[in-house]
Amino acid sequence: MIAVVSAKPLIAVLVSLAVIPVLISARKPNVRETWTFAAALIKFGIIASMVPAILAGHTLEFTIAPLFAGIAFKLKVDAFGLLFALVASFLWIVTSAYSIGYMRGLDEHSQTRYFCFFAAALSATIGVAFSANLLTLYIFYEMLSLSTYPLVTHHQDREARSSGRKYLFYIMGGSIGLVLPAMIAIYLIAGNLDFAAGGILAGSIGALPAAALLLMLVFGFSKAGIMPVHAWLPAAMVAPTPVSALLHAVAVVKVGVFSVFRIITDIFGPGMLLNFGFDTLLCIIAAVTILGSSLIALSQDNLKRRLAFSTIGQLSYIILGAALLTQSGMAGGMLHIAMHAFGKITLFFCAGAIMVAAGIKNISEMKGLGLQMPVTMGAFFVGALSVIGLPPCGGFISKWYLAIGTIEAEQFLMLAVLLASSLLNAAYFLPIVYRAFFCNPDETMFEHRIKEAPGWCLAPPVATAAISVILFFYPQPFFNLSQLAVSRILGG
Amino acid sequence: MTSQIPALIIVVPLLVSLVVSLAAWIRQSLCYAAALCAMLVAWISAILVMGRVINQGVITYRMAGWAPPWGISWHIDHFNAIILILIATVALINLIATRSTAAREFEDRPGVFYALYLLFVTGLMGIVITGDIFNLYVLLEIASLSGYALLGMGSGRAAVSSLSYLFIGTIGASLYLFGAGYLYIATGSLNMADIAAILPTIEQTGVIQVSFILCLIGLFMKMAFFPLHTWLPNAYTHAPNSSASLIAPLTTKVMIYVMIRIVLFVYQPEFAFAEMDIDRVIVWLAVIAILAGSMLAWKQERLKRMLAYIIVAEVGYMVGGFWLGNTAGMTGAVLHILNDAMMTLCLFLAAGAVISRVQTDAFGALQGVFTKMPFSMIAFVAGALSIIGVPPTCGFFSKWYLISGGMEAGHYAFVAALIISSLVNVLLFFRVIEIGYFEPFDSHHHKNGQTVREAPLDMLVPLLVTAGLLIVMGFYANTLVTWIVKPAISAATMGGL
Repeated sequence: MIAVVSAKPLIAVLVSLAVIPVLISARKPNVRETWTFAAALIKFGIIASMVPAILAGHTLEFTIAPLFAGIAFKLKVDAFGLLFALVASFLWIVTSAYSIGYMRGLDEHSQTRYFCFFAAALSATIGVAFSANLLTLYIFYEMLSLSTYPLVTHHQDREARSSGRKYLFYIMGGSIGLVLPAMIAIYLIAGNLDFAAGGILAGSIGALPAAALLLMLVFGFSKAGIMPVHAWLPAAMVAPTPVSALLHAVAVVKVGVFSVFRIITDIFGPGMLLNFGFDTLLCIIAAVTILGSSLIALSQDNLKRRLAFSTIGQLSYIILGAALLTQSGMAGGMLHIAMHAFGKITLFFCAGAIMVAAGIKNISEMKGLGLQMPVTMGAFFVGALSVIGLPPCGGFISKWYLAIGTIEAEQFLMLAVLLASSLLNAAYFLPIVYRAFFCNPDETMFEHRIKEAPGWCLAPPVATAAISVILFFYPQPFFNLSQLAVSRILGG
Repeated sequence: MTSQIPALIIVVPLLVSLVVSLAAWIRQSLCYAAALCAMLVAWISAILVMGRVINQGVITYRMAGWAPPWGISWHIDHFNAIILILIATVALINLIATRSTAAREFEDRPGVFYALYLLFVTGLMGIVITGDIFNLYVLLEIASLSGYALLGMGSGRAAVSSLSYLFIGTIGASLYLFGAGYLYIATGSLNMADIAAILPTIEQTGVIQVSFILCLIGLFMKMAFFPLHTWLPNAYTHAPNSSASLIAPLTTKVMIYVMIRIVLFVYQPEFAFAEMDIDRVIVWLAVIAILAGSMLAWKQERLKRMLAYIIVAEVGYMVGGFWLGNTAGMTGAVLHILNDAMMTLCLFLAAGAVISRVQTDAFGALQGVFTKMPFSMIAFVAGALSIIGVPPTCGFFSKWYLISGGMEAGHYAFVAALIISSLVNVLLFFRVIEIGYFEPFDSHHHKNGQTVREAPLDMLVPLLVTAGLLIVMGFYANTLVTWIVKPAISAATMGGL
C-alpha cells in the first residue's frame, strides 16, 4: 500500500465551498443552479477519478496544517471513505436537480441561502469521509452541524425554530459535551488521533475507561441517530424535502454512522473490542434502536416522519455491521451506506413529489394515489423494496451480508433481530403502496385527477429507483471498495 | 537606532495623546488622524520587537540608559512581545472601526476621547513591557484612570457605573501596591529580575507570603475574577460603544498577563505553587467563576451585558488554566489571552455595529437583524462560535489545551466546568441568533420594508477582518504555541528570566 500525496481530496472538499460566492452573486436563478450543477459534477468527477488508485491499494493523503503536537489537519482517502464520498457526491447531483423542481414548485423563499448552505454541507460531508484523524473529522462534523442548521430551519417559523433547537441540543450537545472530552482523553492516552487499522488505543487503557470513552463517542456522534439520541431526526423533517432526502437520509446521518464506524474500527480496533466483549454491547445498542424505531415508524401517519424513523433503524444496521467485527458483517454495513442511501432518497423524493403535486403529507390521505401518480408511487415501491431488503434491489445485498455476518460472529440473536426488522419494514412500507394502488374506486380520496409532479421532481426518484435495481445486479463498485476496506481493517 | 524601537511603543502614543488634545483646538478631524498614526507606529514597532525577540532572544531595554536596579528597565520576552502586539492590534482595529461611533458619541470633544484612548493604550503597553513592579503600578493607574474616564463618558448610568469601577479598581490597585511595598521591604528592590534573584535567598518568608496574597487579590479585583467581578458588567454595559470595545477585550486580559508575569517571574513557580500551595483552591474558585459567569450571562436580556458576563466566565478559564500548573494548562491560559481578546473585540464590535443601526441592544429589538445586517451578523456568529469553541475558530484551540491541562492535572471539575460553559454558550448565542434569524415570524415570505441598513463600511471592514483573524489564529494556533507560547512558558518553568 502506497500513500500518495495528492491535492485531489482537498479540491474535492473545497469545490462546493468555492462555488458559494458565485451562488451569492448570481443574479438569475438559472445561473445559480447551473453553477450548483457544475460544482456537483466536478466534485463527483474528482471523487470518481480517485477510484482506480484506491482500488489499486493506494491511499491519497494531503496535510493542510499542523494543529497540535502529533495531530495535523489532514485528509486521507481510503476505500471506506471513498465509498461514502462517492455515494454522497453522486446523490448531490441528483438532489440538485430535484431541489430546482421542488423549491421552484413550492415557490420557497431565500433559495440562494438554501443552495449556499447545501453546498457547504456537502463540503463538510466529503471532509468527514476523507478525514485522516479524529480531530479533522470532528472539525468537518461541526461544520456540517452548523451548515445544516439554516437548512433545517429554512421556513423560519415557530415549528422550524423548535426543531432547530432540538437539532442543536442533540447534535452540538453531543459533539461538545461528549465527543470533545472523549477525544481529548484519547489524545492524552494515545498521543495521537490518527485513524489506523487495528486502532490506536489497544493495550494502553483498561476496560472501564475504554467502555466510558466508547459510549461517549457512540452517543456523542448523535447524527448516527442511535436511540435515545435520535429525537432530532424526526424533528428535522420540517426542512424542505430535498434537505430531508440528501442530508437526513444520506449525508448528515451517514456522517454520524461513518464516524461511529471509524471509531470502532480505527480508534478502538476490533481486537480490543473483542477482548473486552464490547462487540456484544454495541450489537445490543444497535438492536434496540433497530427494533424500537421500526415499531415507532409503524404508528407514524406523516410520511416524512415515518421515513425518518425508518432511517433511524436502518442507520443502526450499519452500526450493527461494524459491531459484528467480521468480514461479511463489516462489508454489509459499508454496503448498506450505499444501498440504503439510494433506496431512502428515492422514498424522500417521492414524498416530496407528492407534496408538490398533491399537497399531501399524511399517509392516511394517500388512498388511491397510485392511480393518480403511478410513476411516483412506482418509484416509491422500488425504494421501499430496497429498504426492506428484497430482491431485485440493492438493499437485499447489504442485508444479505449483514445476515451472514451475524452467523460468522455467532450472534444468532442478531440474526433474529434482522429478520424481525425486515418484517417490520415491510409492515410499515407495503401498506402505503398497496392502498395507493389497490383500493376500491369508492375508497379513493381523489375526485379530481392529479397530475404527476413536474419533471425536475419526477426524474430524480425514477433515476435513483433504477439505480437501486441496477445495484442488485451490479454492486461491484461499492462491493469492491467495501471488500478492500474490510481487508485493511481486519488484516491490519 | 533599531535598539530604540521598544521605546517607540510607549513614547509615541504617550506624546501623541498630548498632541491630540492640542490638535482639537486647531481642527477636530486631526485628532483621529493623529491617533491613527500613533497607533500604526506602535503596532509596527510591536511587530518589529517581536521579530527581534524571536531572532535574538530576550531584550532588556534601559529607560534613558539608567542601569537597574535603580533605573527602570524593560524586559521583553516572547510573552510580553505577543501581548504588546495584541494590545496594539485590538486598539488599532477598534480605532478604525469606531471612528463614526466615536464621532457621534463624543461629538463636541473628540480630542478628549482620542487623548484618553492613547493614554489608556500607553498605560496597558507600559504595564506589559515594564520590568519594574512599582513602575507597573504607576502605569496601571494611568491605564485605569483613563479607562474610568472613557467608560464614564457614556450616557445614563455610565458615570455611576464607572464610579463604582473606580472604587473597586482603586482598592485593587492599592492592594497590589501594598504587596509591592512588602516585597520592596523584604528585598530592597523593585526590579523584577532583581527581586527574583533575591527572593530564594530570604529565609523569613512570612512577609513574602503576605505580599504575594495582597498582590494576587488586588489583581483578581482588577481582572474581575468572580466574586470580585461586580464592577465589570455595569461599567461595560453603560459605557460608550467606542470605549467598551477597546476596554472590554484588553483590561481583564492584561491583568491576567500581570498575574502570570508576577507569579512566574517575580515570586517564581517554586514559591507560588509548591510553597503557597493555593493552586488547587484557586482552580476551584475558577470553576465557580466559570459556572457563575455563564449562569449570570443567561439571565441577561441585553447583548452587551450578556457579553460582559461571558467575560467573567472567560476570566475563570484563564485563571484556572494557569493555576493548573502544568504545561498544557498554562499554554491554554496564555493562548486564551490572545484568543479571548480577539473574540471579545469581534463580539463587541458586532454589538456596536448593531447598536449603531438599531439604537439598542435589547434582545427584543434584534428581530430580523440577520436580513438587515447580514455581514455584521456573520462576524457576530464567527465570534460566537469562537467563544463556544467550535473549530477551526481560535477559541477551540485554547479550550483544547485548557481541557487537556485539566485532565492531566486530574482536575475533572475544571474540565466539566469548561464543557458546561461551552454548552451554555451555545444556548446564550443561539438565543440571540434565533431572535435575529426567525423573528418576526410572518415576514419571511414577503419582502418587508427595510428601515435598518447594514453598518457603514468603515465599521464593517475592521469587523470582518477581526472575524477572519479568529479563523486565521485558529489555523495558526500550533505556530503560535510552538514559536511564542512555548518559549514564554518554558522560560518560566525553568525558573530563569
